[in-house]
Amino acid sequence: MTSPTTPTTSTAGPAPATGTTRGPRYRQQLQQILAFAGLVVIFAFFSFASPFFLEWANIKGILLATAVTGIMALGATFVIATGGIDLSVGTGMTLCAVMTGVFLTNLGLPLAVGVLGGIATGALLGLLNGLNVSFLRIPPFIATLAMMMVAQGLSLIISGTKPIYFSDVAGFSQIALGELVPGLPNAVLIFFVAAVVAGVLLSKSLIGRYALSIGSNEEATAISGINVRRWKVAVYTLAGTFTGLAGVVMASRLNSAQPGLGLGYELEAIAAVVIGGTSLRGGRGTILGTVIGALIMSTLTNGLRIMSIPQEWQKVAVGVVILLAVYADILRRGKDA
Amino acid sequence: MSVTRFTKSAPKYVAVAAATTLLLSLGACADDGGGSGGGGEGDKPYVALVSKGFQHQFWQAVKKGADEAAAELDVEVTFEGPETETEVDKQLSMLQTALDKSPDALGFAALDSEASIPLMTDAQSRGIPVIAFDSGVDSEVPLTTVSTDNVAAAAEAAKHMVELTGGKGKIAVLGHDQTSQTGQQRVSGFVDYIEENAPDLEIVDTQYAGGDQLKSADAAKSILQANPDLKGLYGTNEGAATGVVKAVQELGKAGDLTVIGFDSGKAQLDAIKDGVMAGAITQNPVGIGYETVKAAVAAIDGEEVEPVIDSGFFWYDKETMDDPEIAEVLYE
Repeated sequence: MTSPTTPTTSTAGPAPATGTTRGPRYRQQLQQILAFAGLVVIFAFFSFASPFFLEWANIKGILLATAVTGIMALGATFVIATGGIDLSVGTGMTLCAVMTGVFLTNLGLPLAVGVLGGIATGALLGLLNGLNVSFLRIPPFIATLAMMMVAQGLSLIISGTKPIYFSDVAGFSQIALGELVPGLPNAVLIFFVAAVVAGVLLSKSLIGRYALSIGSNEEATAISGINVRRWKVAVYTLAGTFTGLAGVVMASRLNSAQPGLGLGYELEAIAAVVIGGTSLRGGRGTILGTVIGALIMSTLTNGLRIMSIPQEWQKVAVGVVILLAVYADILRRGKDA
Repeated sequence: MSVTRFTKSAPKYVAVAAATTLLLSLGACADDGGGSGGGGEGDKPYVALVSKGFQHQFWQAVKKGADEAAAELDVEVTFEGPETETEVDKQLSMLQTALDKSPDALGFAALDSEASIPLMTDAQSRGIPVIAFDSGVDSEVPLTTVSTDNVAAAAEAAKHMVELTGGKGKIAVLGHDQTSQTGQQRVSGFVDYIEENAPDLEIVDTQYAGGDQLKSADAAKSILQANPDLKGLYGTNEGAATGVVKAVQELGKAGDLTVIGFDSGKAQLDAIKDGVMAGAITQNPVGIGYETVKAAVAAIDGEEVEPVIDSGFFWYDKETMDDPEIAEVLYE
């Protein structure tokens, strides 16, 4: 349990965990290399197994399939870095999609306002999660489990249990399927841009440093003068914002808000984060790892489908990969720590 | 405060309810020549329906049919179902609760036929007649099953696939559920027809994606990717078919292959209008709800009911989708 990095500074030094010793950074790089190697192996395997796997249209399909859960996983990385968990991202994403539908079709607001409204819905959900965790001291698992149900119920209530279609909203489907960069769907572009933003936030800004610091040693972080409660609220709100973005992208891709979707997506996002080497105990995590983790999940599913492996076995395979990834992480931690 | 408010308005409510009941029962008497009688004095017979879902458009249409029959036959109907069609346990607890309310009859659409057998036996011992709807229950308890003949409906889809593809080439199936009877029959009815009637049409792949639009789209894309010369693709429910349409559109293959769907929903209807989808099979969900309640009332009244009530299905395409008979059962 004891963290190898204890805070040595009390005033100015904001991040006791990430950079002060060589250990964690070295381990993180190793984890990323390993995850990346895994992705390469999976790619190589399917390339040999099927002549169609490496076609650009298929790669594009894999990237597009990664976008929604990938964006959610970016936000989840911050929460998991604090040692918390957010189970509400799947159904929360659906609620954001539904609210986007309400803003754009029922209220007829301009496209940009509706989209920002959808993203703001996610931020609000995240804010509530953060307040519940920080100030009501409800364990993250329970607080976000409850929010998962609230979001699911609200999606069904607000939509009247019917899908909301965006057919009359000009340009909405372009958000995910337009191609600002020729050949690359915008959903993928959004995912990449969001990943770069998340990466900078996690490694170069206060919110990221404090998130890792809280996850590494919450008490020490508090003692060093950081307002842990407030930063936790910020972290959950940030995660919710990514959830909102994912909701908009999903709604755009389906050109509809499907109120029945979403349950189970949170676990895929969490799996992507964990495969990417972010420790569920907190204190350690990278965005690059999460992106690779999300790609591994969708590449595996795509490749197995291209090979016509039945869905039952696809699930088994993905489960085994998660086990392997986490076990590799544990093995390495045992050696290093 | 709320108590006083309630007691104040209560007499008015009772009066309205009594008047309504009186009017309705007068109407019923005029129609049937004074039929049933029922259990409680003046109380409407109560039919509890436990469905496979409620948020899906299909189930809303079933509910609509049930409500129509309830109004017509003067019975009280409740309708509930789990959020997703995989929550067998949740559905069983709903069924348990429904039984505990001692309904005069129970309508049940089993997510898992085997799992519901103990509760079916329980219903029988309490003397509650059970009407199965949408999919059968492997039990002697239900007096009848109101459902689409899914094997015949899927075969109809296959017949059109053969006609539209010319009976030659590669086709694939995107299923929605490999564990439910409905999900299996939607595939087997199709596959069997093709194997018997179109030996030159090869089914190269059958994948399942749980009826989730997003996952179905990704799965259908993989199939199209692995089989660039695919001639036809058949999606077995609204989610699967919508996903197939999505995949074909995203890959820019609209018009290159014959897409056949099942059920309706706006995305699918639009695809048929736009020519991305050749046509689809629709069940008669309004009819399922209607016939279920009608059979339940017949059972309450002690009448004989047929062991199987086929609620029917239709093939529809661009030309026929506006026919009144079909337009009534399509939903957005």
